[in-house]
Order: sequence, then structure tokens, then C-alpha cells
Amino acid sequence: MAREFKPQIVTANDLLLGDVIYLTKAGNWSRRHEDAHVAVSADQAQTMLAHASARQDEIVGAYLAEVTLDDSGTPHPVHFREAFRTRGPSNYFHGKQAEV
Amino acid sequence: MYAYDEFDQAFVRERVRQFRGQVEKRLDGSLTEDEFKPLRLMNGLYLQLHAYMLRVAIPYGTLDSRKMRQLAMIAEKWDKGYGHFTTRQNIQFNWPKLKDVPDMLEALADVGMHAIQTSGNCVRNVTADHFAGAAADEIEDPRPTAELIRQWSTDHPEFQFLPRKFKIAITGAPNDRAVTKAHDIGIRMVRSEQGEPGYEIIVGGGLGRSPFIGKVLRDFLPRAHLLPYLEAILQVYNLSGRRDNKFKARIKILVHETGLEEIRDAVEATFERVLEEFEYPSDALISEIASHFEPPEFDNTQTLAFEEAQEADPLLRSFVETNVSQHKNPAYGIVTVSTKPVGGTPGDVTADQMRVIADLAERYGHDEIRISHEQNAVLPHVRKADIPAVHAALREAGLATANIGLVSDIIACPGMDYCALATARSIPIAQEIAERFHALKLEHEIGELKIKISGCINACGHHHVGHIGILGLDKAGVENYQVTLGGDATETMALGERAGPGFAAGELIPALERLVETYLDLRRDRSETFLAAYRRLGAAPFLAALYPEDERHAA
Ligand code: SF4
Repeated sequence: MAREFKPQIVTANDLLLGDVIYLTKAGNWSRRHEDAHVAVSADQAQTMLAHASARQDEIVGAYLAEVTLDDSGTPHPVHFREAFRTRGPSNYFHGKQAEV
Repeated sequence: MYAYDEFDQAFVRERVRQFRGQVEKRLDGSLTEDEFKPLRLMNGLYLQLHAYMLRVAIPYGTLDSRKMRQLAMIAEKWDKGYGHFTTRQNIQFNWPKLKDVPDMLEALADVGMHAIQTSGNCVRNVTADHFAGAAADEIEDPRPTAELIRQWSTDHPEFQFLPRKFKIAITGAPNDRAVTKAHDIGIRMVRSEQGEPGYEIIVGGGLGRSPFIGKVLRDFLPRAHLLPYLEAILQVYNLSGRRDNKFKARIKILVHETGLEEIRDAVEATFERVLEEFEYPSDALISEIASHFEPPEFDNTQTLAFEEAQEADPLLRSFVETNVSQHKNPAYGIVTVSTKPVGGTPGDVTADQMRVIADLAERYGHDEIRISHEQNAVLPHVRKADIPAVHAALREAGLATANIGLVSDIIACPGMDYCALATARSIPIAQEIAERFHALKLEHEIGELKIKISGCINACGHHHVGHIGILGLDKAGVENYQVTLGGDATETMALGERAGPGFAAGELIPALERLVETYLDLRRDRSETFLAAYRRLGAAPFLAALYPEDERHAA
């Protein structure tokens, strides 16, 4: 039986700065996880990933990450690794947590 | 200190020039990431979790104030004002921007430093005893040999695409401070029965997912044969090392699967052939290299000021007890500067602190600095009479933590706070342990206790050889910490034994506290270290402390 699809977003690292970015609905890249466009089917996720991966001159290493949605439909990371990527390291106030 | 010759200078500059062009091509879209990635890795540039990371080699952990000041400048100008010293005597900058990296490499080249061979399947930065040239127990300074190996292995055409990365460590003292038995090749300087200088060659050690203690391949190799012998080992490995499986590609697996005797036969046969063709350096070259490592001119006058200052200042006394080691010259001490203040990140040093260390090295330390695999900085030659002044300056810079070898002198890899490969965080665990034992005021009572933490199975934090080792894992999407006990990184190397099920982050610190309290209860007296008590008593009482609810361990 096919595995039940869980909502996913596309994330990558910015080519120039190396920081974490998310693919938005408008097809741009955002620094904020909550701006990420959520794929609700496997086909949509694959299409979004292909679209993102083609943008080599902006990003490095796009991949799909699972999310959960809250009542307002905002995505939240499932895995702790992705949660860390939304903020930055825990030893200093550096990375996303300092920028956003 | 060894300085680059014109050849090195030109070579490094050329590599920077090439890389600048490659970065431009990546940015203008003429190189894809797949094409660019191997090129950036050849220049020590990784892409980590939150940013790029530039890894810079500090050959055999040796640098001077000029180099240190340049690292400080780089940290300030192109990073976030600090650098991270690693267990392989490298420094890592955690936040560079891609476009700035060529300038950073150029600035490194200005002081004879680079990031070449800090990544990839080649011979990596050669590491050495951080007390080299200073330690009272030393047979001979290992750095001229390390430098010889550096020159031979840098850009060696045959060994740029080995089955996997290759690590060489060397010690000139019988007390092994360079973890030689956990390297692909470990080299110990020895003397023959006739007093002739030579090397013991150890092969096939390594940590990571399959840890092995290195085995002695040759118990005495005459000095002049070193490079052809290393060349023979690398040739055998290059030919026979497994390339079909990344996890089995290290020489430790080859030695383990093939057997030491067979490997030895292959190496010796290759060595005979290599020796005939090998234009190994003449004694003149070795002596020329060694001349750059001549000991400084020591001032041998001893004064009582040092003892008197310790009498008067308990903080200084405590610092000297833990952070000052015996120098070969009785008028001197080796000062280890801890990068591990309570609550700090092991190995992190700010640009200002780097400058303080540089100033102290220049003023009081014959301009010599070392970085240890334990992620601390070392001033190898400080006149005892100057130690009070050095201590005072370190205090002011927040660098005088008196904890070398103690429970808070933790090796911790960057873990999931930075590293893309990690399965859990290491740094917050190190911070919590240091804070907890500081609050208990037990650190000095406990005495020598080495805790080593890795954020994944790759074991950059050397957890296998920690008296207490901690491995961060991902257990169904939650950080979990596996404890090992009884590891030892020295000449009596042992791999820690896995204690049992891992701990959730919140359970780990109380478990370690129970473990250490058990040790304090059971030790014969203060002179019996945790490791000695563990060896005497076996695992059972310690497992009972870690897992009190598990009756199998109850005494
Ligand atoms: S042990 Fe793992 S997490 Fe730690 S630095 Fe090495 S690869 Fe990264």
C-alpha cells in the first residue's frame, strides 16, 4: 500500500550566503519557514523540487522536508534538524534567529 | 618555526588564483554545483547546516603570533568574530560568504597558511603532539618529521584520489598526546638499541563507525627510510583499499579484513621496490628542515618569584596545577590555554582572544603557539617567572579557566549546531555538563576525567576514546545520547564499551552525575582516576549507576 503522503516543503541553501531558504508559492526563495509553499501531494512535491533544483544559479542542494500544518495552514518542521535550520545554532544568537 | 619556501608560496598563490576564477564561474552560472563542489572541497570549503564553513590547516598544530593575528583578522573581517579549533588541529570559520572565500584564502597565503587538503580523499593535515619541542618526556621534537611528511604529501600526484581520506599523526614522546593509535598511520619516534633515531609505525587505527586501535607494522624504521616506507603503505592502500563501499574504504578495514601479516608483507615488498627508485630527502634536507625547529634560546635563570606568587594567589596555584605542564627546561613551563570556560563552546576563540594569545606568545613565549587536538591553545615555552603575568592577562581575556584534563575540558565536535552530517547536537551537552559540575563544585575533587562528545557516528569528537564517551543519535526524530565507558586516547589506548540504551537529552546529565558520584564513592583515594577505577572495578557498578532501574546491573 502506498505510504500516506505527508505535507512537504522545498528547502535549500542560498548559493551566495549558504543560509537556509524555502521555496514560496510565488516561486521565490524566502528566509522564513512560514513562507514556504506546502505541497499536498507527492506529484506536486516532485514538481516543486524539480523546479527548485533547476535554479542552480541561486541555490545549493534543494530537497523536500516534511511539515505539519497548524490551524491557520502555516507549516512547522517535523524533524528537529529542520527545526534547527529555521533558527541557527544553539550556542550563539547567530544565523536565522538573529536575522529574522 | 618553519616558513614556506618560494615553491610553497607560488603553489599556494596559484591555487588561490584558480579558486577565485572557479568561484566567479559558479556565481555567473558557468559552473554547476556538481562541477563546483569538488573544487570548493579541494579548497576546504564545505556547505554546512546554516552557512558555508572554511577549514584551514594548522600543520602539526604549530603557529606563531603573526599567523594567529591573521586568523583573528579573518574572523573579524569575513566571519562573525571567532574561529573554532578542531580535533585535527584545524581552525574552522563557520560563516563565510562564498564570494569572500578567495579573499580569505589570499589573506591566509599572506602568512603561509592555506586550506588545501583539509577535505577530500587525500592525506589530510599532519597532526602532532601539541607539546612538541617542549615536553619534558620528549625523545625528540616530532615537528621536523611532520613537516617532511607535509611537504611530501601536499599535492602528491599519486595520492590525491585515495579510497578515502587519510590521517597521519606523530609523537616524539612515549606519552602519547597525539592519539597516534587512532590514525590511519601513527608514528612514534623511538631509538634503536644502539641509540639510533627512528620510528615505530602504527597502521589501521581509526574511530568513526568501525573503531579500531592501530597495530604496529614496523617496530623500528630508520629515519632515512620514512618517506619511502609511507609511500609503500599508501601505494598498497591505494591499490587494495575498498572503493566499492565508502564505509569500508579506510585502511583500518583493509588491515582488519586482510590481516596485519599480509599487509605487512605487501608493504615490505612494495617498500623494497620504492626504495630503489625513491629520491627520498637526503640527510641534508632533513637537517635543513630541523634547523627551522631549533629550540629557542632559553633563559635558564630560575627565580623564587613563581613559587611565591603561587603562595600568594590561590587562583594562580590552581591554574598552575591544572594548566601548566613540565617543560624540558626546569626554568620553563608549558601553559595550556583552555578554550572551555564553563558554559562556553569547546574550541571557540574570539578574535580578541586570539590576539591576546598572540601577544602573550610574542612577549613571554618565544613567539610559539600550538593548537591541541583537545581544542585548546598552548604556549609551549613560558619562563616560570612570567607565568603569573601570563595568567593575569589570560584572566582578563576570559582565558584562564583552570580545567585542563578535568570534567569540563570536554572535546565536543560542532554537532548539529553546525555540521550537515550530524544526527544530534554536541555543544549544548558539553555546556550543560560543564555547568552542572561547576554548580556541584566537584570538578577538582573528581580530578582527571576526559569526556568526549560526537554529534554522529563519524566520531570527530573522539567519543570512543573518552573515559566517558557520548554519541549523539537521532532516535525516531528525537536527540538521543549513547554513553560509552572506559575509553583511553593515550599510549594505553582502549575503545570505550557501550553502556546500554541511550539517554534523552534531559536524562543524560543526571545519569552522568550518578556515574561520577559512584566513582567518587568507590575510588581507593584521590589518586585513583575514573579510568583506573573503571579498569579495576569493571563496568558493573557504573552501569548500575547509569541504569538504576535495571536490576541486572544491581550489585
Ligand atoms: S562527528 Fe559527526 S557531527 Fe560531529 S563534526 Fe564529525 S561529522 Fe559532524
